[in-house]
Amino acid sequence: MALLSVNNLTLQFDTDEGRLTAVEDVSFEIHAGEVLGLVGESGSGKSVTAKSIMKLNPDNAVYDPASSIQLTLDDQSIDVLSLKKGRDLRVVRGGAVSMIFQEPMASFAPAITIGAQMVEQLVLHKGMTEREATTVSIEMLERVGISDASKRFAQYAFELSGGMRQRAMIAMALSTRPKLLIADEPTTALDVTIQAQVIDLMKDLIAEFQMGILFITHDLGVIAQTADRVAVMYLGKVVEQGSVRGVIKRPAHPYTRGLINALPRIDDLDAPLTPVAGDIPSPLERPSGCVFHTRCPVMQPACRDTVPAMTSHGVEARTVSVIGSDLDTGNSDSGKNAGQKPGQVMGQDTGQDTGIGTGPDADQGIGEGDTTAPGIDHTAACFVTARAVSQASKVEVS
Amino acid sequence: MTAKKNDVATEHSASIIVARDLSVHFPIGGGLFQRRQMLKAVEGVNIAIPKGSFFGLVGESGSGKTTLGRALLKANPITRGEVTYHDGEVDYDLGTLPKDKLREYRTRAQLIFQDPYAALSPRMTVRDIIAEPLEVMNLTQSREETDERVRDIAGKCRLNLEHLRRFPHAFSGGQRQRISIARALVSNPRFVVADESVAALDVSIQADILNLLKALQQELGLTYLFISHDLSVVAHICDHVAVMYLGRLVESAPTRELFQRPRHPYTKALLSAIPSLDPDRRNTAQKLTGEIPSPTNPPPGCKFHTRCPHAVSRCREEEPELEFAGTSHEVSCHRWKELDV
Repeated sequence: MALLSVNNLTLQFDTDEGRLTAVEDVSFEIHAGEVLGLVGESGSGKSVTAKSIMKLNPDNAVYDPASSIQLTLDDQSIDVLSLKKGRDLRVVRGGAVSMIFQEPMASFAPAITIGAQMVEQLVLHKGMTEREATTVSIEMLERVGISDASKRFAQYAFELSGGMRQRAMIAMALSTRPKLLIADEPTTALDVTIQAQVIDLMKDLIAEFQMGILFITHDLGVIAQTADRVAVMYLGKVVEQGSVRGVIKRPAHPYTRGLINALPRIDDLDAPLTPVAGDIPSPLERPSGCVFHTRCPVMQPACRDTVPAMTSHGVEARTVSVIGSDLDTGNSDSGKNAGQKPGQVMGQDTGQDTGIGTGPDADQGIGEGDTTAPGIDHTAACFVTARAVSQASKVEVS
Repeated sequence: MTAKKNDVATEHSASIIVARDLSVHFPIGGGLFQRRQMLKAVEGVNIAIPKGSFFGLVGESGSGKTTLGRALLKANPITRGEVTYHDGEVDYDLGTLPKDKLREYRTRAQLIFQDPYAALSPRMTVRDIIAEPLEVMNLTQSREETDERVRDIAGKCRLNLEHLRRFPHAFSGGQRQRISIARALVSNPRFVVADESVAALDVSIQADILNLLKALQQELGLTYLFISHDLSVVAHICDHVAVMYLGRLVESAPTRELFQRPRHPYTKALLSAIPSLDPDRRNTAQKLTGEIPSPTNPPPGCKFHTRCPHAVSRCREEEPELEFAGTSHEVSCHRWKELDV
């Protein structure tokens, strides 16, 4: 049983300009001890998705009735979206779920000491006495590498440096021993050297506490270094999801591929920087069909009206024979663009190797018939790549 | 020392901006009962930016990059040292520049800001935003000429000319940054300081703006000082990179050389801190401990010694000078030779 299971989450906001769809049909699971990275550009719905787990979205948020968020603790299953009262919500707001934010300066109350804020939540959520809470808090500050912890405990947020504030934030979030930690861009505001320290610290703590983590970031490098699995979001939809190795090394969705190609790579200074063409559409003008079709380099007529389903790539791709009957709609004109020879198709459209990493599997070229490589399975919502997979597997069967 | 100065001088003949021993200090505190302190944001920096180059300046927050960039534009007071500008048409010594010449310098040296959301007035149309520098500096004779130049630069920055009548709120981050680039370039500058100009953008848009900056450089013959904290961006777009730490220049080299063979321990640490995109290569590299010290109370000796894994007693007492470690590769470290092996 997954620790957190989000199913068909659809969330709209009532605004003066009409209903905005912020998140559409998003599903994912997080198991204990697992880090799920949620990647996407600004406006893709990452933070709104995360806040839904704590029901922290503003009052004009409208959850679709089909949406469900299940949190499974030791002996009970909690339907988060049905929680109404503040007292009931405590379990997801600081009880079993903790959250750390991007900007630690804005997250700490400026006029209350760090210590008082840490103690308050422990008294509230864990029923500790103030004395116990103080001991636990100072231990936790020490654990995250803050020197002189008892002195820092009595200080205010502005007296700490950026890196130290983020450590204190992490200490505070973890002191209640949450089962699930939501980290919303926790390293984005930090310098690279401090970011490296914080990432190391988080990895140690994940190993020690065995909690599940939802790690939100726009930085694929940070994801590659921390996550086990990754979900890529675009305009409120998850377009690709799977193991971090599969998604980053052999991305199947054109958007994921575009994101990776747009990244300046330190290991290849001659590689050209290829932007993803066009701009992100405004949420008021959400494209029909596949949300990415307005910017997609391999767009087909069918992409304009039909929403693609998630289909399997990587290892499992070999076992998928027919993928969705919707495909037939665009099949006739797909020949030209999608490529005819299965071998080529794999190279062009599914699991195109990004050239990341020089490990053995990168050389073998996963997806070219290698069914044994572990941990590269992933799913993507794209007709064009799905068709290529289905063609390739049909050929193999014959 | 004199020999080194000569070296520097010959190299400077092709430089558009040269700073010698440049320091910028800001007074802080100094209330009724407090002693006034000096914050040494930039201290003793020597830098020469070759004409036509894409010159990168990197460092952590608080290292003085922005202050240095602004000092070269004379947007910050210069406490000590000299800055000269030379573009083949005019020569200026920024320290002694009279007011009327400063206005002309403003047409030749411009700044592109970091945040395209904060930099554009929401009450002005895109046309008025781009035209403002021309009007403020009296560079055009008539409204028609202004419009002509606005349309010209907007086209070069790949803005849709029909958008000129709109207000900035209608645009995405990438489009806004193109507007702010057009505004900076409308006075036809030779030298442009781009301060974290892509930091606020999404990666898919960032590549687009970087390519635009590069194309404009070739088309208009610009020289950039590109300030960034993102080494991978700098690696891709700059041809020379200078690294700052706590107000000092610690290393400066052609990009490829710097990335392939960094000499300063700080540069090495910065490079190894970039998270690798390869999930199978989870970082094993050297990590820096601690954080950048406060510039109001910098450590003695080498400013980096408090975090340097190779610091010896000499580093704690004596401040290293910038010395040549190769053609146009300068480093300021007592131990770079022994550490290089």
